[in-house]
Amino acid sequence: MIRWILAACALAVAAGAWVLSGPDPLPEDALDGLVADAANGERVFIAAGCASCHVAPEADAAVAAPVMSGGRRFESQFGTFIAPNISSHPDAGIGAWSDMDIANAVLRGVSPDGAHYYPAFPYTSYFRASAQDIVDLAAHLRTMPADPTPSLDHEIGFPFNIRRTLGLWKLMAGGPEMVLAGDVSPEVARGRHLVEGLGHCAECHTPRNGLGMADYDAWLAGAPEPAGDGRVPAITPDALGWTAFDIAQYLSTGFTPSFDTAGGDMVEVIENTSRLSSEDRDAIAAYLLALPRSGG
Amino acid sequence: MTRIIRLSVLVAAGIAVAGIASAQSNDPLAAAVKARQSHMQLYSANLAVLGGMAQGRMDYDAEAAQAAADNLAALASMSQRFYWVPGSHAGAVEGTRALEVIWTDGGIGAEAEAFSAAVAGMQDAAGGGLDALRAAIGPVGASCGSCHENYRQSNN
Ligand code: HEC
Ligand code: HEC
Ligand code: HEC
Repeated sequence: MIRWILAACALAVAAGAWVLSGPDPLPEDALDGLVADAANGERVFIAAGCASCHVAPEADAAVAAPVMSGGRRFESQFGTFIAPNISSHPDAGIGAWSDMDIANAVLRGVSPDGAHYYPAFPYTSYFRASAQDIVDLAAHLRTMPADPTPSLDHEIGFPFNIRRTLGLWKLMAGGPEMVLAGDVSPEVARGRHLVEGLGHCAECHTPRNGLGMADYDAWLAGAPEPAGDGRVPAITPDALGWTAFDIAQYLSTGFTPSFDTAGGDMVEVIENTSRLSSEDRDAIAAYLLALPRSGG
Repeated sequence: MTRIIRLSVLVAAGIAVAGIASAQSNDPLAAAVKARQSHMQLYSANLAVLGGMAQGRMDYDAEAAQAAADNLAALASMSQRFYWVPGSHAGAVEGTRALEVIWTDGGIGAEAEAFSAAVAGMQDAAGGGLDALRAAIGPVGASCGSCHENYRQSNN
C-alpha cells in the first residue's frame, strides 16, 4: 500500500515538474495593434548587440548590414554553444518567422515549435524589453542580408542537452522585473531599459551561482570572466568612481578617464554603444550612477 | 594533525617567499613586465593630451597636440623585444595581464603595425586643428583597443 502511495507521489512530482518545465509563450494578443518602426528597430538591434554574437567568427559585426550566418562559439561551464544563423534566409535563417515567433524567442526564450532556448542567448535580459521594441526589431531583421550557412549543433553533454530541463531553470532564475525598482527619472528609466534589458550588461558584469543564474544581490558588482581566468569589473558607482561624462565617453570612445583603452569582451560592446545616440549613452551613465553603492 | 598544520605553514611560507621573489625587480621576468607596463603608461600619458582635447576636457593647443603625437610616434617606433619576454604571461608571472597567445598565435605583429599606422595618421593631423585631431583619434583608440581585446586579460 505504502509503496503505491509513494509511486503515486513520485508520479505526481514528475508530472508537476513536466508541467512546470513547459514553455511559457507570450499571450496570443501580445503584439495586437503594434505598428513596426524599422528605424527604432535598428536602434534596438544595435543596443542589443544581436550582430556581435550572430555574425560568423572574425566577421565584422559593427556594419550597417551584418551577415548573421552564425557559427561563433561560446564556451561555458555546461559545454560549448554555437550561435545559429539568424539571417533573413527563409530556410537556414529566420526569414520565414512571424513577429510572434521572434518575440517569443527574444522575450521568452521559446522557439517556434515550443522548445526552450539556452540562456547563452541572453533572453534573461531581453525579457525586460517591450513588445514594441521587438516588433520594430523584427522589421529591421527582415532587411538584413540572407545567408544559406546551416546552423550547427551545440557541443553539450547530458543532462544539459535536454532542453525541457531549462523550463525549471527559467522558473528558478527569476522573472523580468526591473532590478533597480521604483520610480526613477525618465533618463534613468531609459538607461534602465538599455542596461537591464537590451544592453544585457549584467550577463557579464553580474556574478552567477553554480547553476549559472544571475545573483541579483550582487547586481553589476563584477564577476569572473566566463571564458578565461580574469575578471569582469564592477560597474557600481563606488567601485567605478567615474562621472557621468567619464562613463558616456568610455561607451563612445573606449577611453577610460585615465586614457587607458577598454579591452577584452568590452571592445565589441563599445562597438555597439558608440553607435547609439549620445542621449542613450548619457542615460546609461545616469542609470549606473543611480545604482546603490556596492559597499566595496 | 600537527603534521598537516606544520605542512601547511611550510607551504604558506613557501608561497610568501615566492611572492616576494617575483615582486623584486632583480627578477628578470618581473622587470620585463614592469618595463612594458611603463611603456603602456607613456602611451596613456600622451593619449591623455590628445584625447583630452578631442573630448573637450581641455582646450585645443596645436603645439601641445603635435608634441604628444610626436611622442606617441617615437614610442611606437621603439623596439619592445627586450620586455615582451616569452614565459612572462599572466599565470606564469605575478602582476601581468599579458595573455600567453601573444607568443603563440602570430597576430601581435599586425596589431603593432595597425597601431603605428594610426599613430602616423595622428602625427599628420594633430597640429592641424581640432577637427583633424578628432578625425585621427578614432583609429588610434581602435588600435589600442583591438590589441587589448585580443591580448590583454580583463582583470580589474
Ligand atoms: C551573447 C550572444 C548572443 C546575443 C547577444 C544574441 N544571441 Fe541570439 N542566440 C545566441 C545563442 C547561443 C543561440 C542558441 C540558443 C539555443 O540554441 O538554445 C541564439 C539563438 C537565437 C535565435 C533562435 C534561432 C533558431 O534557429 O532557433 C534567435 C531568433 C536569435 N538568437 C535572435 C537574436 C536576436 C534578435 C538578438 C538581439 C536582440 C540576439 N539573438 C542576440 C546568442 C546570442
Ligand atoms: C600591440 C598590442 C598593444 C597595443 C597596440 C597597445 N597595448 Fe596597451 N597593453 C597591451 C598588453 C598586452 C598589456 C598588458 C601588459 C602587462 O600587463 O604585462 C597592455 C597594458 C596597458 C595598460 C596597463 C599598464 C599597467 O600599468 O598595467 C595601459 C594603461 C595601456 N596598455 C594603454 C595603451 C594605450 C593608451 C594604447 C594605445 C595608445 C595601447 N595600450 C596600445 C597591449 C597593447
Ligand atoms: C560580453 C561581456 C560584457 C558585456 C555584455 C558588457 N561588458 Fe562592460 N566590461 C566587460 C569587460 C571584460 C570589461 C573590462 C574591460 C577591460 O579589460 O579593459 C568591461 C568594462 C566595463 C566598464 C569599465 C570598468 C572599469 O573599471 O574599467 C564599464 C563602465 C562597462 N564595462 C559598462 C558596461 C555597460 C554599460 C554594458 C552594457 C551596455 C556592458 N559593460 C556590457 C564585459 C562586458
